[in-house]
Amino acid sequence: MMETAIKINNLNVFAEKSQILKNINCEIPKNKITVILGPSGCGKTTLLKCMNRLTDLYPELKVSGEILINDKNVLDPDADIYKLRQSMGLLSQRPYPLPMTIYNNIAYALKLRGVKGNRKISLLVMDYLRQANLYEEVRKRLKEPASKLSIGQQQRLCLARGLAVNPEIILADEPTSALDPISSRFIDEKFQEIKTNYTIVVVTHILRQARRIADHVIFMYLGEVIEQGPAAQFFENPREEQTRLYLDGMFN
Amino acid sequence: MKRRLKVEEAFFRVMMNLSTAFILLILGVIIYSVFEKGMKAISWEMLTSIPSGGYYYGKGGGILNAIVGSMTLAFGATILAFLIGLPVALYINVFLHGKKKLVNLIRFILDLIWGIPSIVYGAFGFTLMVLVGLQTSLLAGIITVTLFILPIMIRSMDEILRTVPDGLMEATYSLGSNKSELAFKIFTRQSVSGIITAVLLSFGRAIGDAASVLFTAGYTDNLPNSLMEPVATLPLSIFFQLSSPVPEVQERAYASALVLTVIILIVSLFSRGLGKRYHKTKINF
Amino acid sequence: MLISLSLVAFLPFLLFSVLYFKSFLLLRDFGLGQLIFSHSWHPSRGEFGFYPFIIGSIWVTLLAILISTPICLLTAINVTQYARKRFLRIMHPVIDILAGIPSVVYGVWGILVIVPFISRYLGPWLGIKTMGYSILAAAFVLSIMIIPFILNIMIEIFKTIPMELKEAALSLGSTKWQMVKHVLLRKALPGIIAAVGFGLARAFGETMAVLMVVGNVVKVPTSVFDPGYTLPALIANNYGEVLSIPQYDSALMFAALLLLVVSLFFNLLMHFFISRYNKY
Repeated sequence: MMETAIKINNLNVFAEKSQILKNINCEIPKNKITVILGPSGCGKTTLLKCMNRLTDLYPELKVSGEILINDKNVLDPDADIYKLRQSMGLLSQRPYPLPMTIYNNIAYALKLRGVKGNRKISLLVMDYLRQANLYEEVRKRLKEPASKLSIGQQQRLCLARGLAVNPEIILADEPTSALDPISSRFIDEKFQEIKTNYTIVVVTHILRQARRIADHVIFMYLGEVIEQGPAAQFFENPREEQTRLYLDGMFN
Repeated sequence: MKRRLKVEEAFFRVMMNLSTAFILLILGVIIYSVFEKGMKAISWEMLTSIPSGGYYYGKGGGILNAIVGSMTLAFGATILAFLIGLPVALYINVFLHGKKKLVNLIRFILDLIWGIPSIVYGAFGFTLMVLVGLQTSLLAGIITVTLFILPIMIRSMDEILRTVPDGLMEATYSLGSNKSELAFKIFTRQSVSGIITAVLLSFGRAIGDAASVLFTAGYTDNLPNSLMEPVATLPLSIFFQLSSPVPEVQERAYASALVLTVIILIVSLFSRGLGKRYHKTKINF
Repeated sequence: MLISLSLVAFLPFLLFSVLYFKSFLLLRDFGLGQLIFSHSWHPSRGEFGFYPFIIGSIWVTLLAILISTPICLLTAINVTQYARKRFLRIMHPVIDILAGIPSVVYGVWGILVIVPFISRYLGPWLGIKTMGYSILAAAFVLSIMIIPFILNIMIEIFKTIPMELKEAALSLGSTKWQMVKHVLLRKALPGIIAAVGFGLARAFGETMAVLMVVGNVVKVPTSVFDPGYTLPALIANNYGEVLSIPQYDSALMFAALLLLVVSLFFNLLMHFFISRYNKY
């Protein structure tokens, strides 16, 4: 029996005039790659943003329901959202390096996490850069603005930064959609490599990518979860008619 | 650590709210003091008559000369600036469409001109007048103010025309209309309310500016009746009356200030209203 | 179309050459250095030292910028990051109206409110005797006048900062204020500097409102409570007499030339600054 990392109960999200998420119930298994799959505009990204409460940034969104991580409700207004967000690393569609040097992009995350001492910070920065396969490329330009890196390098920097808060969970929102094939492949492979230590949630609308990396799939359509289950079963033997249509490429 | 952060954030939030409140308060105070002083001094006679004998010692008469003069000058300059500006704005957006570097250079120059203080235009206009032997006159005022509002006019129209989507252009090309026709029909129809907003904005600038007309338009107690004669303007009537030692005349400056402020408020309300409607159609597009 | 366009495009050069041509005589006779650094201003004796006016202009402008920059910055952060979206809809007309109020009306307001406030309350309270018509009064009125201008640019700049960047900072566990301080402000810094630079250029050339409250005394000010004189006020006050004193018109055109050059220089600088920084 697999362990559950995130359990979502009756999650509803309303915007001013429409309902973005409709009564979502799902479980995300621990130390696995869970892919949230579905066509664009089905609410995948919103679901992801609910998990680390970035929805707070949009006052027009009304969120209700429960998201349980380690038996604590993320959506509880009294929850310590800073701790909570640090337990999740975020990788967005396009890389958004902070307006600082390459070094400081990671050091900033470390400082927010409470790491003290320049020596310790600098050792950890190198370590995270190595984990993201970036160290060799940027070794000599750590003091340059992060925005001078290529897009692929920036995304790896963002991955390193996401890991630097020491999270249990990694949330990735179509992390490879802006990248070249080589960088994309690296990110996918990296996820496979580190999933023993992290719970990884990847949002994507690319079926091929889902097939390649998913251990577990949550399929969404128009704000609802249509089907969820282990990848093998989902792709080989879907239960729902809509899933079958989607897998056959009938949706558009 | 966290505690210090919270105190810091709370402090800055208080400062932010204070700053915002300060701006709102200042606007209120300005409007209030202009209205309060102006309402006391204003009368029907002031609005409908020109200065009669002894006006500048506190006797009868009004500021009709300045009201009509300002209106005439501002209308003249706005129309002239519109006639010069619209072709330029269209040229940039239709004929130079795709020549990004050149367009950016033109926009850049326009922004530079926009930044030049109006007093410099006044001095420039004055020098030109002396050079060609022109007296202070309505014509000289109109020319100077036109130059001064031209960049405002062109850049605001340009910003509107820029938002006309490319797809629309291509659609019209494919119908085979030639370029000039396209320019005048489609572009203007698409952006009429936006262009009116630009015109109103320029008109507001034209009627409110004193430094550019100080040397060029002159001042007179008469209503304007010729392009070659001096013309009175509201900003200058405020300025001159306020520097008078006679209290009654100073009071009249407040009345003039009220009139000018009301005109400006009406103009900006109008352009607000149009702007809103414009934005609504933009979303539907 | 082309004629209109070339008229507009050559306007700055035209302005420059006409003003330069007119002030050429003065420049030839005295030299730039003496004109700018000489203290003595006696047109009737043929002495043209612009130093008091230049210093007056610089004081008034810098003080105005010093007052309005923090107010604008705090307000811009407030309305774009903290306040509800509806509030921005209130703020826009407020900015428009403040920007639309004519310079003379600001001057009237300065005379009605600011000058008496300084002479009756602020001065006595600090134990300083002042007429009220002073550098400080001009700077204060001017700071209000440039608020809508600077605030508008700052709001636009904060709006262009992508939501995702803010999300990235917050997802690392920073508080909203940390995000504003470390990420938002840093990302917006070139824009903020440019906004202040544009405001500076605008304030430097402002004429009527300053003229009405600054006191117009030809003297290098020693305190902000002293009356002063600015370059635009010099031109506006004296154009009537130019033809009666030799070289006087040259002198006023030289003042206009200075204003033009400062305005063009600052605007150029800020444009290049922005465009260079945008490449990052």
